[in-house]
Amino acid sequence: MPSPAIELVDIEKRYGAHAALDGVSLSVGPGEFVALVGASGSGKTTLLKTINGLAWPDAGTVRVTGDLTAGRAPHELRRRIGYVFQEIGLFPHLTVGENIAITPKLLGWDRARMAARVDELLDLVALPREVAARLPAALSGGQRQRVGVARALAAQPAILLMDEPFGALDPVTREELGADYRALHEKLSLTTVMVTHDMTEAVLLTDRVVVLKAGRIVADGTPGHLLATSRDPDVLALLEAPRRQAERLRARLETAS
Amino acid sequence: MSPRVADAFALLSEYLGWHVLLSASALALGLLISLPLAVAASRSPRLRWPVLALAGLIQTIPSLALLALFYPLLLALSALSLATFGQGFSALGFLPSLLALTLYSMLPILRTATAGILGVDPAVREAADGVGMTARQRLLQVELPLAMPVIMAGVRTAAVWTIGAATLSTPVGQTSLGNYIFAGLQTENWVFVLFGCAASAALAMIVDQLLGLIETGAARRKRGLVVAGVALLAVGLVAGLLPLASFGKPASYVVGAKNFSEQYILAELMAERLEGAGAQVTRKEDLGSAVAYRALAAGELDVYVDYSGTLWTNVLKREDNPGRAAVLAELTTELKRRDGVIVLGSLGFENAYAFAMRADRARALGVTSLADLAREAPRLTLGSDLEFLSRPEWKGVDAAYGFNFKAERSFQPTFMYRALSGGEADVISAFSSDGRIAADRLVVLTDPKGALPPYDAVILISPKRAGDTRLIEALRPLVGAITVEAMRAANYSVDRDEGKATPAEAARALERNLSARP
Repeated sequence: MPSPAIELVDIEKRYGAHAALDGVSLSVGPGEFVALVGASGSGKTTLLKTINGLAWPDAGTVRVTGDLTAGRAPHELRRRIGYVFQEIGLFPHLTVGENIAITPKLLGWDRARMAARVDELLDLVALPREVAARLPAALSGGQRQRVGVARALAAQPAILLMDEPFGALDPVTREELGADYRALHEKLSLTTVMVTHDMTEAVLLTDRVVVLKAGRIVADGTPGHLLATSRDPDVLALLEAPRRQAERLRARLETAS
Repeated sequence: MSPRVADAFALLSEYLGWHVLLSASALALGLLISLPLAVAASRSPRLRWPVLALAGLIQTIPSLALLALFYPLLLALSALSLATFGQGFSALGFLPSLLALTLYSMLPILRTATAGILGVDPAVREAADGVGMTARQRLLQVELPLAMPVIMAGVRTAAVWTIGAATLSTPVGQTSLGNYIFAGLQTENWVFVLFGCAASAALAMIVDQLLGLIETGAARRKRGLVVAGVALLAVGLVAGLLPLASFGKPASYVVGAKNFSEQYILAELMAERLEGAGAQVTRKEDLGSAVAYRALAAGELDVYVDYSGTLWTNVLKREDNPGRAAVLAELTTELKRRDGVIVLGSLGFENAYAFAMRADRARALGVTSLADLAREAPRLTLGSDLEFLSRPEWKGVDAAYGFNFKAERSFQPTFMYRALSGGEADVISAFSSDGRIAADRLVVLTDPKGALPPYDAVILISPKRAGDTRLIEALRPLVGAITVEAMRAANYSVDRDEGKATPAEAARALERNLSARP
């Protein structure tokens, strides 16, 4: 078995009296696509942020590709890990191309290499190359999130962290973008950790679902494995939700026709 | 062009140059201090409140007072520095003006920059961290560029305030467009006042518009507008400062003047004598009364004219009145001993508080002295200037003669003379060298009890010029050479409403009328 891409051991994180993470250990192998699911406040976003140093654990260790993150400059860590989140956070004063090339620029790439990389990434996320010269405000929500993904991939990271990446999009765009990203994950052999509260999305896109509840991991495995082995009623309810929804949907559509 | 407008234009390049230099330096320094402070305040809520509150507090201090307060502060610092490092610095002029205006410019910049940085979308800030920026890169590449339009709005406000408030640096000895306004107010030369206001307003408007261009460019992300705005500002700055290069020659003498016509005329008289002796001269006019003496003692002025009674009470803190000659003699020894200041001598006239009446009225009542006036007082109205009734001179003379006027009324000086001629006042508190005494044919009442302190006009020379024979020889002929009548005529030529002379013209006329030394 190859060494894990991400390894978290006994992570604790407190905000005042509230324990956001209460002894979490998680190992993600290279090439895995893992979903972190759970209710609001379960600690899934905090867990994601401990991986790239946007949050620092009070106790426990974080290793990325075998190296401890503690004691390293966080900005250097983040330049090696792609990060996509729901609000996207494109820089409104920079063009799409400048947004995409930001991490390469911080890494000191030359101009020609950056320009070539921007074209390559626009092709990859299925956006016309002309948008490189536009400002983010001129794009639609779906296009903006594609730019967000392109920006995260720009410096060729091996790991991508995503926090509800498609949460603010309409359902059609959301499905399309999800499928496109899954293909990219395969094509680029990425390791992806994605936070979502949508179990359907988790089941459809990822290989492994990790369920958090009150700062602890309560289930971890493929969706089928979890359904077979879990005894936690909340976990079962979460896993059942997509199927129940699908059945209700079918039932309603049949009555309507 | 009328001659007064031409006079004003002749001074424009010098005044404008200093005004531009002063306000640009204050604004630049204000930005240099405010921006880092705003960044710190936006990072720390605990720092934010005290910083913004302090800047707000400074803003509530009237700007003239803020400027004036820096003078004693810097004087003390200079003395400290002289004692510690053996090197003092000038507490008058540019430095206090610069510091006060810098403080003044800080609030709008601090407020808008703090709000601008705090207003950056948290998602954008998170993205900046997420893509791997250091805190410094995040500030310079994301937060400041995004806050720039808001910050520029603050810079515009600060620029307009600073340019306006810079006119107030004249009384602390810094040349600015305020020289027109302060000199004009004193000599009732309204052309000068308007000219100064218009020049300062025009400067503020042009700078505001150019900064507005940069603001629009920053907001619409149009680099061309930003570059154009910056380039035009730079051209304006250089054009404004260019004339200063030729004024930059170090002057060998600094002649001071307080803020009224007689002082302007006497400063001009002394300056032209020094120039006649081949010296370079800088004039510092419109100085506050207390500022002038301290500046002279500190060597920032070389020479100016003060009055014996003022020095007696304000500098030596004396309340007795041993008589004109004794006051003069004691001042000469005491100022020399205390501060090393040389009293070169009396010019020959007094500018004292004096009670004046219309000649016909005085004759009808049979009043020639203050003793006579006390007898008639219950039937008479006293008109005074705005401060006389609260000054020690009035308390002293009132105690000596026991006046019991029917009424006491205060006027602005111009209206005080009109009230006397119109009969609304029967007797007024005038200044004995005021030109209007002769012009209105007023009678000055004698003071048999010697209750009014003497106010001999004396030439004071700074300690560092005590052995300067060129200076002393150029000015010594003025001692005892100006009669009160000659001074009144000179003052009147500047103060009258019709056919006004400039202080320089009046000084030249006075020079021709010097009486032979006694």
